[in-house]
Amino acid sequence: MKQEMTGAEIVLQSLVDQGVEVVFGYPGGAVLPIYDTLFKQNSIKHVLVRQEGGAIHAAEGYARSTGKVGVVLVTSGPGATNVVTGLTDAMMDSIPIVCITGQVPQHLIGSDAFQECDTTGITRPCTKHNYLVKDPNKLSPVFHEAFTIAQDGRPGPVLVDIPKDVQFAKGNYVEKEKIIIPSHRLFEPEIFKHDDKINEVVDLISKAKKPIFYIGGGCINSGPKASELVSQFVEITGAPATMTLMGLGVIGSSHPNSLGMLGMHGMYEANMAMHECDVMINIGARFDDRVTGRLDAFSPNSKKIHIDIDESNINKTIKVDVPVVGDVTTVLTKIIQKWKDKKLKTNASDLKLWWDKINNWKKIDCLNFSNDEKEIKPQYAIQRLYDLTKDKKTFITTEVGQHQMWAAQFYKFEKPNRWLTSGGLGTMGYGFPAAIGAQVANPDALVIDIAGDASILMNIQEMSTAVQYRLPVKIFILNNEYMGMVRQWQELLHGGRYSESYTDSLPDFVKLAESYKAVGLRAKKPEELDDVINEMINTDKTVIADIWVSKEENCFPMIQSGSAHNEMVLSKDQKQDESSAEKGKILV
Amino acid sequence: MNKSVYDSPDNTAVSKRHILTVLVDNEPGVLARVIGMFSGRGYNIDSLNVAEVSNDEHLSRITIVTEGTSEVVNQIEKQLLRIVPVHSVSNLDEEGSAVEAEVALVNIDLNDSNKKKIYEVCDFYRARKIENENNSIIFEIAGASERINRFIKEVNQITKIEIVRSGPVAISTYKNTKED
Repeated sequence: MKQEMTGAEIVLQSLVDQGVEVVFGYPGGAVLPIYDTLFKQNSIKHVLVRQEGGAIHAAEGYARSTGKVGVVLVTSGPGATNVVTGLTDAMMDSIPIVCITGQVPQHLIGSDAFQECDTTGITRPCTKHNYLVKDPNKLSPVFHEAFTIAQDGRPGPVLVDIPKDVQFAKGNYVEKEKIIIPSHRLFEPEIFKHDDKINEVVDLISKAKKPIFYIGGGCINSGPKASELVSQFVEITGAPATMTLMGLGVIGSSHPNSLGMLGMHGMYEANMAMHECDVMINIGARFDDRVTGRLDAFSPNSKKIHIDIDESNINKTIKVDVPVVGDVTTVLTKIIQKWKDKKLKTNASDLKLWWDKINNWKKIDCLNFSNDEKEIKPQYAIQRLYDLTKDKKTFITTEVGQHQMWAAQFYKFEKPNRWLTSGGLGTMGYGFPAAIGAQVANPDALVIDIAGDASILMNIQEMSTAVQYRLPVKIFILNNEYMGMVRQWQELLHGGRYSESYTDSLPDFVKLAESYKAVGLRAKKPEELDDVINEMINTDKTVIADIWVSKEENCFPMIQSGSAHNEMVLSKDQKQDESSAEKGKILV
Repeated sequence: MNKSVYDSPDNTAVSKRHILTVLVDNEPGVLARVIGMFSGRGYNIDSLNVAEVSNDEHLSRITIVTEGTSEVVNQIEKQLLRIVPVHSVSNLDEEGSAVEAEVALVNIDLNDSNKKKIYEVCDFYRARKIENENNSIIFEIAGASERINRFIKEVNQITKIEIVRSGPVAISTYKNTKED
């Protein structure tokens, strides 16, 4: 049934039809008709942020914690340019987002009108796809396609730019069931064409002496079933499994086969096992440079299986032996079925030798740090936070830097979708708005943003949002008055010249919280820590907990840039060999 | 492999010319998406040609000549396929047999002393003179890029010329290669 509505009404109807419950946004001249329509309805809730950058990170947090599409609504010009960072972030980490931007009316496009910018031009490289809709009749087909593309295949952000006159103009609404999207515009799973690949995969794994699973964020994007299947297959094979920063939670931290995170600040045993394995099974990870270290020394003696939904990830940086293009759930279902049909088994005695080796590496105890009675060590702060929150339904978000790596190392995740961090783009200022989004989606959960003193200031204005919507988000600041990771690199690679990495004139975070009518807490000494954490958890309001930690603590273990997996540096006293240090300096 | 600084230096890979033809939905911004991918990821475009090939289905064909190792070109093909309005990508060099052609228009500075020589060269290369209202001497030559290069070189030795070239377009010689 076709019904005539205004463009703005079609936008809202499309969102309702797509099951959208909440939109994060900020009004402005070029989206006023949509905001007017929003005012007249009750089915969609709008969360007003304080800067558009906050809206898109909140939508990302919403999307990551629920698996649904996050929706953003902002105005033209600065509204659109402010979401560029978040779009790029969502692109890098494969987060499904639909971002609606207003545009100046069509007759003004190209005239350098007030708040005009070439939104589709600016966002072309940082979206999966984008649209400029010039005809109200095309709005509903575009929206239904946009939602499909955002979630289809490898998820990502899609932007829809709508000139103001199109929002006012009348057009027909078409229901989503009636929209046919041409197949070439969607992901076409290759897996069904290549059953022999599955045979190769299971044969390779069954013959492996030193197998390892390398698990990434694709397993989370594929849905909760994927995590179950991965755990199941890891158990069937008895092989060790390591996870990327994006993949934390796919296999529970307490699972006996889990080696924890790998990569630049990953576990020693995980990186050593990656280096020495003979068969690597990459499921939904992309051989990111934080994971691989030096490419020519990356896992030199292994056969590599790579399961990825995005074919462009195959052989992009690391050549693999058996690529399988497809969704993790589909591919693993087939693999497990094949494994059972062929009654395959891994060799128990080989695996025992492999585990013995791994258990020896574990004895190094790479996360060991020297605790202190006078100062709070940042690692200790996160250990305590974990111990005091582990029995609750907890979501952890982070900003970017040392605190992020410590959170990844010391907070233990047992379930997928509980850990929200900016991995690919490394966006400081991500964690707090993401926590707001996660809290909106999970009102009863405990949502904590583990932050640094520098990162939190990048989107601190969202305090106002959190308080307005009574979101009891907790901000747990590891305050060392430094941009800690910058300082660490300056110490290790730039002769300790701390150029612009000390943050002078930090606000008093307790008073800052109070000025927003939130609650501010502070711990200066180790003995105050537990009380502050408990009070934070038990306060049903937005809380900033300002935790004063050791100022010059470094994050270890570390594969310094330019080094390989087996050249991990475990502590400050251990120096990287000089030639790779020199080469590594130019890397990021 | 890409050109990341993390990459291992691979001196053995040979870089060569490839012709890619990309079938796309003819919608606004599609060319920008394609060439933006090339510049954004640091790939080369030696020449580029775009035209609508099917009016009723709104399809355009983009012909791109690029240079790179087989790994780089393979990555280019996969990156192109990620672009939503792209239907298909073919690497004509890999398919083996393709014909390619390009068109050049050449404005020649002609006088009594060089006239005869130039007409001989044009005859030899089957360049066709195009009449125009200003009576300037403009020749059109079509064919393989190599042949056009030789033609231009020879005429250039005789007199000053101004050239415009379309860049090659190419098509597979296999029968029934209709895509999609």
